[in-house]
Amino acid sequence: MGKIIMPRYLRSVARDPRVIAAHLVLALIVVAALLAPLATEPALRQQLSDSLDPPSLFSATTTRGALLGTDSLGRDLGARLLLAIRVSLTVGALAVGVACLVGTVLGLLTGYFMGWFDNLVMRIVDALLSLPFVVLAIAIVAAIGPGLVNVAMVLGLTGWITFAKLVRGEVLRLRQLPFVEAARGIGCSHLRILFLHIAPQITGIVLVTITLTFGQMIIAEATLSFLGLGIPPPTPTLGGILSGAQDTFFAAWWIVAFPGITLMLIVLSVNIIGDFLRDYFDPQINHLSGRKKRKRPAKNVEVPNRHGIETR
Amino acid sequence: MHDPMLSVENLVTHFPARASEAGRGKAVIRAVDNISFSVSAGETYALVGESGCGKSTTARSILRLIEPTAGSVRFRGTEVTACTGRALRALRRDMQMVFQDPYSSLNPRMTVAQIVAEPLIVHRMASRSEARDRTVKLLDRCGLDRRYADRYPHAFSGGQRQRVVIARALATSPKLVVADEPVSALDVSIQSQIMNLLCDLQEEFGLAYVLISHDLAVVRHMADRIGVMYLGKLVEQAPVDEFYRNPKHPYSRALLSAIPKHRPGDASARIVLTGEVPSPTNPPAGCPFHTRCPHVMPRCHTEGPKTSTNAAGHSVACHLFDEDSNDS
Repeated sequence: MGKIIMPRYLRSVARDPRVIAAHLVLALIVVAALLAPLATEPALRQQLSDSLDPPSLFSATTTRGALLGTDSLGRDLGARLLLAIRVSLTVGALAVGVACLVGTVLGLLTGYFMGWFDNLVMRIVDALLSLPFVVLAIAIVAAIGPGLVNVAMVLGLTGWITFAKLVRGEVLRLRQLPFVEAARGIGCSHLRILFLHIAPQITGIVLVTITLTFGQMIIAEATLSFLGLGIPPPTPTLGGILSGAQDTFFAAWWIVAFPGITLMLIVLSVNIIGDFLRDYFDPQINHLSGRKKRKRPAKNVEVPNRHGIETR
Repeated sequence: MHDPMLSVENLVTHFPARASEAGRGKAVIRAVDNISFSVSAGETYALVGESGCGKSTTARSILRLIEPTAGSVRFRGTEVTACTGRALRALRRDMQMVFQDPYSSLNPRMTVAQIVAEPLIVHRMASRSEARDRTVKLLDRCGLDRRYADRYPHAFSGGQRQRVVIARALATSPKLVVADEPVSALDVSIQSQIMNLLCDLQEEFGLAYVLISHDLAVVRHMADRIGVMYLGKLVEQAPVDEFYRNPKHPYSRALLSAIPKHRPGDASARIVLTGEVPSPTNPPAGCPFHTRCPHVMPRCHTEGPKTSTNAAGHSVACHLFDEDSNDS
């Protein structure tokens, strides 16, 4: 399996420099997150005499010599950033995982079977949508307490609505299509139709939604941390560092710039990879000969009679 | 007479009408209104009629892809309308369908080989490797090169896709194939190829077809018997030669007269119907065709015609033939 799939995947990635860059950036960020435990000690050590020390990378007047500078408590920003990436990625992945699983399954079931279950779920969705996110988050955190897993749950249990509504709408459209009717005519069971015929059609939009939601989740986690409902200090998070930098923003640009750039890089590369994956899994887009055809025109001629695949 | 393979008796399929279309009350769209016919093994029975007359609904009701409201469908001794769940799915092994639009009736995320093999897998008729063998053979038989078996449907033309649809329908060796406008979405040059394929397969596998069509030329080429539908009712049934030689119902005559003539100056005049097809939500009292019939009589407005059948198996529902129903 891997033998066949990996080269195909890598060749597809190699066709677009943006996709290569996105993969590299994300790989770098994941490696950084994995290395984060090494930085725990400097990330937590406070030294008020080194408060707001500029990055040694750009400034000769540094006392502490921290590569990316220090924050208002004199903690090493670079080390905190590594830890924060780890926390943010974990929360984002957990939250998106929960949201996607719950939302997609409910969307599939409600869209396909409709009836009372659909009504029930959609009324719950309406109820949740009528409450502002922050109010809901306060209520849930008050009930189950703050902390990394709890924050991920709060985000997941509000984020599934996006998936459920999107998937339900798609399924409502797809279940009318003749190939679904054909599947029934063949004698397929409902579950087979739902998971073998309908579910594969929505992988594209679900993948894109996962990537978009992943960015939103990281930002939402920052919002919660800012309000004191997120992951409690001293554990650094990207949002936590950003909101803590508010008071010193004009004196110390680096505390805003580096976490902000990191956040942007994560969200951007995840979105680019999401777009790429959608195309990769769509059999109608020939991702190997599709985008950059002019570079290898001879390859297309070899295969006789390429029905429908036009070689522009 | 021996038992027919498929017998449809007094089949009725109604859809609930939207309030805006129906005014108030429990209005329904009478898509199929009391239809009876039968199909013998190896026979092609054609249902013809204009758009919206209920042909496709009839086809889908027979296969229970749409739930019929009332009536009976017996297939090889089994009451189809009484089957549920597993029994119904088992039944579908022997009755398959070919769809009108080959572009949307194939799952775009499955390869052609997977599509054709699926009925075999679903009914546990073959292991994966056996299914693969049979798939390749079926594709071959339907005129598709085995080299294309692992391509996705979008890489095929309309005619080739329809060959895939036919191969899928034949995978389980069914006894009956319901073909809903199998060629009307195709180019004329491809139509004849697909029609010939269907005819060859019928001979080879002894299939019975229920052929839905609005194209009287297609029907004449393929069918053994023909049923003409108007507004959810069967107005005439006859063996196909008899029908083209001697159409009885005024609606059938109008349909036949609308076929373009090969020779200019051909004698028979074209019968042009006036007005529109009445709404199936509120069909006219009496004969459903009386609003447009050139031979309308006073009793047509109030009294529905009885179906009279002659010795040649030619039946017609029209007051014109009430008295002389015993001679043809």
